[in-house]
Amino acid sequence: MSELRNIIVPLITVFGVIIIAMSMAAGLIWLERRLLALWQDRYGPNRVGPFGLLQVLADLIKIISKEDWVPPFADAAVFVVAPAAMFIPVLLTFAVISYTPGIAVTDLNIGLLFFLAMSSLTVYGVVLAGWASDSKYSLLGGMRAAAQMLSYEVFMSLSLMGVVMLAGSFDLRQIVEAQRGLWYVVPQFPGMLIFLTAGVAETRRLPFDLPEAEGELVAGFHAEYSGMKFALFFIEEYLGITLVSVLISVLFFGGWLGPLLPPLAWLAIKTMFFISLFILLRATFPRPRYDQLMSFGWKVMLPLALTNLVVTGGIILAAR
Amino acid sequence: MGAIFYISAAVAVAATVGVITRYNAVHALLYLIVSLLAISLIFYILGAPLAAALEAIIYAGAIMVLFIFVIMILNLGPQAVRRERSWLKPRMWVGPAALALILAGELVYLLESGPAGAQAGTASVGPEPVGATLFGPYLLGVELASLLLLAGLVGAFHLGRRETGEETAGEQEIQTGVAKAEGAAVEEPGAALGGE
Repeated sequence: MSELRNIIVPLITVFGVIIIAMSMAAGLIWLERRLLALWQDRYGPNRVGPFGLLQVLADLIKIISKEDWVPPFADAAVFVVAPAAMFIPVLLTFAVISYTPGIAVTDLNIGLLFFLAMSSLTVYGVVLAGWASDSKYSLLGGMRAAAQMLSYEVFMSLSLMGVVMLAGSFDLRQIVEAQRGLWYVVPQFPGMLIFLTAGVAETRRLPFDLPEAEGELVAGFHAEYSGMKFALFFIEEYLGITLVSVLISVLFFGGWLGPLLPPLAWLAIKTMFFISLFILLRATFPRPRYDQLMSFGWKVMLPLALTNLVVTGGIILAAR
Repeated sequence: MGAIFYISAAVAVAATVGVITRYNAVHALLYLIVSLLAISLIFYILGAPLAAALEAIIYAGAIMVLFIFVIMILNLGPQAVRRERSWLKPRMWVGPAALALILAGELVYLLESGPAGAQAGTASVGPEPVGATLFGPYLLGVELASLLLLAGLVGAFHLGRRETGEETAGEQEIQTGVAKAEGAAVEEPGAALGGE
């Protein structure tokens, strides 16, 4: 009996996490359109089903029934692999997050490093999609994505090292446990801001959506994609938002910790708050110029992240 | 664990063969990324999770992206594939194959002559002991490596830096671009000497 339990419980956790993450991503498409409409004083999708909730289903039927087209001038093999190469690392990262004291797919002692490794692998999907499409807009989008994500990854990892030093572990469960007394947003406030900025850039969301930039590059790296391949890029973006929001909650806002409500509810509330913040950012900010984006990253955020690291290390050393 | 080791080792070998035999540079790089990820998995199985994570972050995630970025800028077309094909003749395989055979022979001899060094399945080494070792007994090595990187950084900055007069507005630059390029070509050897 217990052997059967040992097999079934992990299976339920694995598929539960995948199904919830995927339906979150699908639901976010609706939520984003409704929230944007609310903030921009219009209705948004409100015809299909209650509050327009079935709009997602309608979109899905439409996108599945579209022709799945590979341009004749494209590098067919890479063109097909690129959306999956982008999608899989994001989905894999959900495995190392600990959702409650009991629910986690795996307790990796290098959990945070695993997230960084996977997030650096997502770059390939964008870059290869841009290259394989063999169109100048896609290539420009792919090159922008490579430079942008590589630059912002540098201080994304640096901003997390403050948390690692305070908790003394890369394990996400131990990082949450270490926040029982005080959430890390208080001692690591600059780190939180830097990680949030880098997270927006890593998911290529407005104001950092220059790889897509529909005003100048048509649709950037995925201009040549259609049907389910395009849908994979689309869902990946929302999975990325969910992932960064969960990580901010876990790393800086105590994860599942909180009074009265069950642990999973606290994590869900915190995550939803940051997802809404992501959407609010899109509704508020204009897109910067590309050189502004790069010089902001290297000249403002990187020195800030390094200063934060040095100050945190100094305080920890002095307190010893 | 043994099965996973052999599968990822086979993937690593097959991917590396792919790196050498592909004519298209981007395809070769993709095989190299797969090979690096397979090696990262082997590190993890052998009980070195930190080395595995760093292999994925630094090699597969950072250095290879730069390679792909550069090759994308070069924008090699079908003519580059044809040129590669003309270079990679069967005759070219003799030298590397002979060297690889010597290595394979050494490997077989070592495996046959009994257990040598560390074995698979030993205790896993977490991030803390690695950090304590790096910044304890090997502190001097770490600092020297960082000095080397700093020197590389300064060198790259020197090569990529604009000449002092060139930091004016973009329009002027376009008008006088040709003259500047010629001037820079003349100035370059002198500047490099001055730098040394």
